[in-house]
Order: sequence, then structure tokens, then C-alpha cells
Amino acid sequence: MHRHPPVSDSAPAAVAVEDLHKRFGELEVLKGVSLTAREGDVITLIGSSGSGKSTLLRCINMLEIPDDGRVVIGGEAIALKKTRGGASIPADSRQVERIRTRLGMVFQSFNLWTHMTILQNVIEAPVHVLGVPKAEAIDRARMLLDKVGILAKADSYPVQLSGGQQQRAAIARALAMQPKVMLFDEPTSALDPELVGEVLRVIRQLADEGNTMILVTHEMGFAREVASKVVFLHQGRIEEEGSPDKVLTNPDSDRVRQFLSRHLSGAA
Amino acid sequence: MLELLSFGPNGWGGQLLMGTAMTVAVAVSAFAFGILVGSLGASAKLSHSLALNVVADVYTTIVRGIPELLVIYLLFFGGSGVATSIAAAFGYDGRVDLNAFTIGVLAVGLISGAYSTEVIRGAVQSVPFGQIEAARACGMSRWLILRRVLVPQTLRFALPGLGNVWQLTLKDTALVSVTALAELMRITHLAAGATRQPFLFYSTAAVLYLMLTTISTAFFNRAEISANRGVRRA
Repeated sequence: MHRHPPVSDSAPAAVAVEDLHKRFGELEVLKGVSLTAREGDVITLIGSSGSGKSTLLRCINMLEIPDDGRVVIGGEAIALKKTRGGASIPADSRQVERIRTRLGMVFQSFNLWTHMTILQNVIEAPVHVLGVPKAEAIDRARMLLDKVGILAKADSYPVQLSGGQQQRAAIARALAMQPKVMLFDEPTSALDPELVGEVLRVIRQLADEGNTMILVTHEMGFAREVASKVVFLHQGRIEEEGSPDKVLTNPDSDRVRQFLSRHLSGAA
Repeated sequence: MLELLSFGPNGWGGQLLMGTAMTVAVAVSAFAFGILVGSLGASAKLSHSLALNVVADVYTTIVRGIPELLVIYLLFFGGSGVATSIAAAFGYDGRVDLNAFTIGVLAVGLISGAYSTEVIRGAVQSVPFGQIEAARACGMSRWLILRRVLVPQTLRFALPGLGNVWQLTLKDTALVSVTALAELMRITHLAAGATRQPFLFYSTAAVLYLMLTTISTAFFNRAEISANRGVRRA
């Protein structure tokens, strides 16, 4: 089994979150999380459901607005301000939109636009957000669809594809923006077991190509294989982080050990 | 007797045709105005502003709660006064007289808009939130999301309901005949009186209305199929 090479501490930070807090009503989901993804890092976020790992990922591209703390993307801090009611909102929605173009997001439930063909899904944002000429966007989209192995489905609608094919299309859609960082929110959790492999293969290839990625996943074997760093969240805090060998084989925390014994038993 | 329906000098054919054209003109304009009002009404109902929620609720409650004929009378007798005061507020101090066509379009459009509001509101709520989130995650602006994702997806959910609203709107235009606008119902009424052949003319009108609704239903069915690309399997 091959491993992701360690990323140097001197590599520039692609994503840095500092002391992030997020609450939903009475429930505090993130209680001060700090995390840095350097260029070339593949960070997997693991933890039980409700530990805050998806919320953390969604705070990075402001799909959830953190109540406190900072998110810095490629050295640029996202400006937030408070409303009179005390809610946190982006100070400049244009800045958020611009930063989002540099962050590719892949959702658990794919979220392909159902009224567009696969090709249209992939060229939509490059053409309408980045202003890429359509012919150029189409060429690039076909190249990406070929890369994820569904070029033959370019003119199909999402509903005509299997879950695994839809997720690969969604990955192509995110890649079409040529993002600096890819964010994956449990990309295989909605898939039938026999379709998980084809999606993981694509993600592994992206990791091997040196893409910076942050990945929320329940696939422990996969996390160990692709990650340069594994981060374990527990009740809104980072319980342990480090190299996959350290965290997944020989963790300091008892909680991590318990979690692993539950998740590794019976895992392929 | 059928000569009465002909296009000859003693026939009402030409007039009936003009009346039908006027009915279509009122119905199309009122439906379009109703979609505009309905989009604004749905936005107001879905907004987080309590004031907008209340305004939209008052509008749909009033318009749907009083007879449609009464809406037309209210606009016919009050519309010009209201328009004059609105014009005065913008610094125009003449009298504004709305013609029968405008009043008909406004009245039927407001009725149509109240129903469209509910149809569009329901359709917007049917769009899965993930569709919007995916667009936000790509860096799309609110306007772009509205234009490229929300409106096309809403349209798909709204089309069956809007087809019904269109049919109601088309039939409601008959009520505008009370303002003497020369639409199909008014012409039929005149012809029936002048020739003393009411059954002949009223049944002719029924056939003409039925033709309009049948043709437009077929049109809406085609639009639904086209908007549902990607939903039903090909």
C-alpha cells in the first residue's frame, strides 16, 4: 500500500482556519478549531457523526458562516461582520464569491443541476462565473469527463447516471474551475457499496497528482492511504491530528482508539 | 341561419374573430402581468421580512376572497382615480384615464397573480436546497443563481400549476365584458341581442373558448415535457 508523502512545514498555507466557532441555536458545533492545509496536503477529517467535521468543511467555503474565528484562503482572510442581531455574515459577498471559485466542493448528495446535461453542468461555472469562452470550456470539460471515466455520458442528464457516475461528474464539475483546493464532504456516503470504489479511485488519482484536498470521510482504509494528515474531531474540537500512521495506528487519545476499533472491525 | 356566422355583410364572423383576438390579447397580457405580480408575491411571501410577508398575504387573501367580478368593478370605478393620485405623487397633475383594455388586463392580471403567487411559491420551495448550494459553492452570485438555477428549476415545478392559472385567466376575461370592452363575450352578447339568436351565438362562443383552451393546454403540455428534460428518463 502506497502512502502520501509528507508535506513540508514550509509549504505555503492553502487554507488556514483559526479558532473557529459555530453554533446552531443552542448547539455549539465547533468550539474553537484551528487547522492548516499546506499546498499539496491531503487532510482527512474523521470523527463520529455530530463531531463537527462537515460543519468545519462547510465553514471553509462559507456555506456555513462561522460565529467566531478566521478563515484564510491562500493568504487572504475572509472578512466577516456582525449584524445588529449578532449573527455573523460576510462583510463582502463579492469576496466570498471570488474565493469560492478557488475552492472546489464535492457534496455527499452530488447536487448536480438536474435541468442540465453532464457537460452543461461542467461548463456552467467556468463560462458564467469565470468568463471562459464556451468552446474552450467544452474542450476542458470533455477532457475532465474523460479523466473521471464518463465522457460517454456527456450529453446525458444526471438522473440517467448511477450514483457513482453522478459523483464523478460532480468531481469533474468542481475541477473545471481549476480550484486551488478541493473540499469533499463525505463523497461516498450516499453510494451503494459497489459504487464506492470507482469514486475513491478518482479521488486517489487527484491526491497522487499533488492536489490540495480536505476530505470528510468514513472510509478509514482510504483515509490512511491518501492522507498526508489525519484530523480527528470530537464534539467540536480537534482531539488528535498527525500523520495517518500515527493517528490511525497508534493514537494517543483513547477516544480515537475506541472510534477506530468500531470503524476498522469488518472494514475492507 | 348559419349566414349569421359568416364573414358576409349580414354575418358576425368578422366581429367574432376580432372579439376572439381581443380575448386572447387580454388573456395573454393579464397572464404575463399575473406572472410578474406572482413572482413578486412569491418573493415577498418567502422573504424574511415580516412586512413583505404581511403585504403579500393581504393581497392574496383579498383577491382570492372576493368575487372576481367585483375586482373588475372596483378597478373600473376606482382604477382611474388611483392612477391619477399615483401620477400626482410623481408630479403629474392631469387626470389619468385608464381605458377598458388596461383595466381589464390589470383586473384579470391581479386575480391571476394571486393564484400565480401560490403556484410559484410552492414551486420555489420544491427546488432542492442542494441545487442552490452547489451553485453558491462555485462562486455564483445571487443574480446568476436566480437566472441559471432557481428560475429554470422553479419553472419545471410551476408549469402544471401555471397551466391551470392560464386556463382560469382565459375564462376570467369573459367577465371584462361588463366594461364594454369588445372581447369575445361582449361581441357574442351584442350579436345574440341583435339577431335574437342567443343560443346560436352563445354556443359558438363556447366552441371558440374551448378551442382556445384546448390549443393552449396542448402548448402547456409540450412546455412541461421540455422543462422536464432530465427528470423523466428519456
